[in-house]
Parts: sequence; C-alpha cells; structure tokens
Amino acid sequence: MILARGLRKSFGDFEAVKGIDVDVRRGEAFGFLGPNGAGKSSTMRMVAAVSPVSGGELRILGMDPAVDGPSIRARVGVCPQEDTLDTELTVRDNLYVYGRYFGLPRKEVRSRVDELLEFVQLTEKSGSMVEDLSGGMKRRLTIARSLINRPDVLLLDEPTTGLDPQARHVVWDRLFRLKQQGVTLVLTTHYMDEAEQLCDRLVVMDKGVIVAEGSPLELIRAHSTREVAELRFGVGEHDAIAEKVSDLGDRVEVLPDRLLVYSEDGEEVIAKVHERGLQPAAVLVRRSTLEDVFLRLTGRTLVD
Amino acid sequence: MAALDPPQAPGLSTAPTNLLSGAARLFDYWAILYKRTWKGSAISSFVTPLLYVVAMGVLLGGFIKGDPAKLDGATSYLAFVAPGMVAAQAMTTVFGEVTYPVMGMIKWNKSYFGMIASPLAVSEVILAHLGFVIFRVATTCAVFLAVMAPFGVFTSVAGVFAAFFVQLLIGAAFATPIYAFTAGLKDESAFSLVFRLGMIPLFLFSGAFFPISNLSRWMEALATVTPLWHGVDLTRMLTLGEVDWPLAAVHVAYLVTLTLAGWFWAVRRLSRRMVS
Repeated sequence: MILARGLRKSFGDFEAVKGIDVDVRRGEAFGFLGPNGAGKSSTMRMVAAVSPVSGGELRILGMDPAVDGPSIRARVGVCPQEDTLDTELTVRDNLYVYGRYFGLPRKEVRSRVDELLEFVQLTEKSGSMVEDLSGGMKRRLTIARSLINRPDVLLLDEPTTGLDPQARHVVWDRLFRLKQQGVTLVLTTHYMDEAEQLCDRLVVMDKGVIVAEGSPLELIRAHSTREVAELRFGVGEHDAIAEKVSDLGDRVEVLPDRLLVYSEDGEEVIAKVHERGLQPAAVLVRRSTLEDVFLRLTGRTLVD
Repeated sequence: MAALDPPQAPGLSTAPTNLLSGAARLFDYWAILYKRTWKGSAISSFVTPLLYVVAMGVLLGGFIKGDPAKLDGATSYLAFVAPGMVAAQAMTTVFGEVTYPVMGMIKWNKSYFGMIASPLAVSEVILAHLGFVIFRVATTCAVFLAVMAPFGVFTSVAGVFAAFFVQLLIGAAFATPIYAFTAGLKDESAFSLVFRLGMIPLFLFSGAFFPISNLSRWMEALATVTPLWHGVDLTRMLTLGEVDWPLAAVHVAYLVTLTLAGWFWAVRRLSRRMVS
C-alpha cells in the first residue's frame, strides 16, 4: 500500500525526515510513534500527497505522488492533526460538500453521509453548526469526513491529541471497528498507549530517523524487560541511589522524579531494595511499555 | 452500528480531469455557503445603490450643470456618475470578497487545507473561489443597474447588458491580483492599508465621479493606468451609447491582461503557501 525508500523531507536547511524506509501492507494498522518534532507529520503529509518529497522514493498504492497526486488523494482518507472543518457549515453539510470534492454523485454522497453520521454517532447532531461541537465530536466528524471516499488507506495524524480521556476512548473504539472491517490505517502518535492499542506494527521515530520497527510486543521484548520497578525517592537523591541499585536489574534509568529498574521480576527488585535498607517514598511494579522502549532507544521520554 | 462498505473499486472517487471539472466540484460548497449568508447581503446590495444614486446623482448632481462635452457626452451629471458608481461598486465588492474571506480560508478556519487533501488542486480551489467572487459582483451589479434604470440614465438595453458583462470583467481584473496578494500575507494587518491606500484613492480618482481631465496633468496620466479608470470609461461608453471602439478594445485588453497576470500570480503564491 505504501512503500518508502530513503524518504527525505527538508524545509530549507532543516531536515525533518532523514531517509526512512517504510512498508505498509493492506489491512494492517501501522503506526509512527515518536515525540513532537520527530518527523511524523512531515512523513504523513508526503504520504497524503500534499507535500512534495525532497529525496528518496515514495509509492502510495503503487503511484508516485509527484505524478499522480490527485489520483492518490482520491483513494486515501486524511484526518489531519488540526481540524480543517468548515465552521460555518452544519455537520451534515461538512460531509456532503467534502464528498462532492471526490467527484461522487449527489445521491451517493447523501447515502454515505447518513451512514457515516451513524458510524461516528453524530446523527443527532447532523443539523448543528460545527462550532457548537465538542472537541471529541469535531474529531469524530473529521474522521467521518476522511472516510467519505471509502479510502483504501486512512491516514490519521495524532488522532486523539488534545482530547479528554473519555473522548479518546470513543475515537479508539471507532478506529478499532474500522480496522476490523479491513481498512488500512496509518497513524502517528506520541501516546504509547494509543500505539499499543491500535497498531499491528509500528516504527519508532526520533529526529527524522527510524530507530526501531516491529509489533508493539516485539519492540518491548527486544528493547526492554518484562517488568519495570518504579521507585520514588526524595528530590535530588535519585542519582546517588541509582548506583546502589544498579545491579538489581538489567538496567536503571534516572528520571527527574523517579528511578526505573528494568527486570524480569519487579517484586523481587522491590524486596531487595528494602533489604538494602533503602526507603522509597513510593513504589510501583508494572509491565514494560513502548514508553520504556522509546526511553531505551533515545534516552528521552515521549511526552516532555 | 452501521457497517461500512469495504473500500470501493477504484473509479467512483476520482481525480478531476481538468481545471474546470475540478472547480465545478466546489459548486455545492459555495452554493451552500451562499444560501446561509445571502439574506444578510441582499438588503444592503439593494439599499446601497439607491442611497448612492439619490445622494450623488440626484441631490449632488442637482447642483452640477456641466457642459455635456465635458461630461463625456452625458446629458446630466446623474447619467455621467451612474456608470462610474456601478464600476466602483464592482471594485469594492471584490475588495471585500478577496481580502478577509480568503485569509480566513487559508489561516483561520483552514478550509482550503481540507480541500487540497481531496483530489482537488490549488488552482481548482482558487478558480472556484474566484467564480464565487464574480457571482457576487454579478448579483451586486445587476441590482445596482436595475435600481438606476428608472432614473433614465441608460440609452439602450443592449448597452446596459454590455455594461453588465463589463462589470464581471472589472471584477475579475481586481479579483485575481488582490487574491494573489492576500494569498501570501502572513496576517490581516496589511488589509487596512489596502483599503485606505488602494481602494479609496481608486474609488475617488478614477473618473467615477468627475472626468479625469479635471485632474492635474500628472495625476490624469496616473489615473489612465489604473484598472478602475479603464473599467469606468468602458462602462460609461456603453451606458451613454457613445462607444470609441479602438479605446474600448484597449480597455478590454488591459482588464483581460490584468486578470490573467493576477491569476498566474495567485496560483503561484497560494501553491507556495500551501504545498510545502
């Protein structure tokens, strides 16, 4: 569906994407995970055929965006990071006019609009103005709009950024249903839970390059331990204590507010910490997540 | 839950085959937007010309007993100023339509970005928007001409219709370059200068209200290179029924050239802004 080889994007002297290789297969949910500024959105804009490629090769549905931009855009759905809805139109009219941009006949668009309003649970809001919708509703409307052409690939740039937890879950649920229906999803996110929940496969991006690739589980297995013991001590003590516990796990990370000890058995780590007479203010044992993978690969956290 | 149909066979959702077919896909967008807003502009577009005709033409004109030879052959000041006011109205309508509204679609509600994520190209988006602007000029000027008709300022029906189409050309000649200017602006702060230093001097000194021969020599020369003077003079020839054909051809050529130059500039500037 999407193939990139040595794909690059520069803006003047700044290189946002520094040569990445990507393969997205039909029917999978593929993610770009990385912090802000990793080059995810620049990549997505090139894939959406709205931003010219600066170097390397890119094929979307077998087509070259430099040559077949409009034909590619006819067959992908784009849910941008920032809503570009028409605030002066109603919910229904937003979907309707958008369907017309794809050359769909009026009757066909009307039936799709009804279907999509139902799908994103906005049927009752169909006559409302966009500016009266909540953030979550706007996002769902944007997702519905991106589906009006029944795309072969749906591109979602940070689909839940800025939404409250409940609204995020509603969006995830809808995306999960799309995935079950066989729609190919490509999404960028800086939320590791989003990537874990939705992606079959993902690449971890940092500073314009791909630093790891695989399924969420594969990445965690390859780059982290099964469990993590989080230890919280007093402010400023973490560096000193890290040395005292460094032998208890595969590795120890020092964060501003806590220590992370990576080990197969977190409870055992905690027990040994206490045996050594250390008194953490708070402890937590959890499974490794993609956040840990990212920390391992880049030395930084995803959300600063 | 409604089950969505699987991705379709390619063919139903397509890329436009040419500039016009692409722009035509935006027809419903502009039609729906206009349906929502036309009532607000309808009353003012009827009342404004009436106020102008009464104030400038009838009341002010009542004090002016010009020699027809000095009024481009008009038998009264009202007959002289009427075509000037129509042309000026075509211009001011365009200034309103391609400044703040265009900035809004690029920067504030970002509607253009939604449009170009579809198969539509930047040039198609611009053409559709300009098409709407010309439609606004057409409705405004049609009302203006209709309001003036009872005042007996037109000499022939054919002349009025020809003058109407000239208004569309004047509209296009202003629309494309100002659109292009707006397309590259970072914010709206330049608009007040555009209105004060661009639109108002053009409005006052392009021969709409008095013959430009009244101006000093260098100002008269300056006036003859402004687009509104070409539009006013052409409109006046048609409503007064005294057409100087070679000069009319120059006016048309000037306005067409400006339209085309503005068009290419607009496509270039907006593409640069949006496709990066």
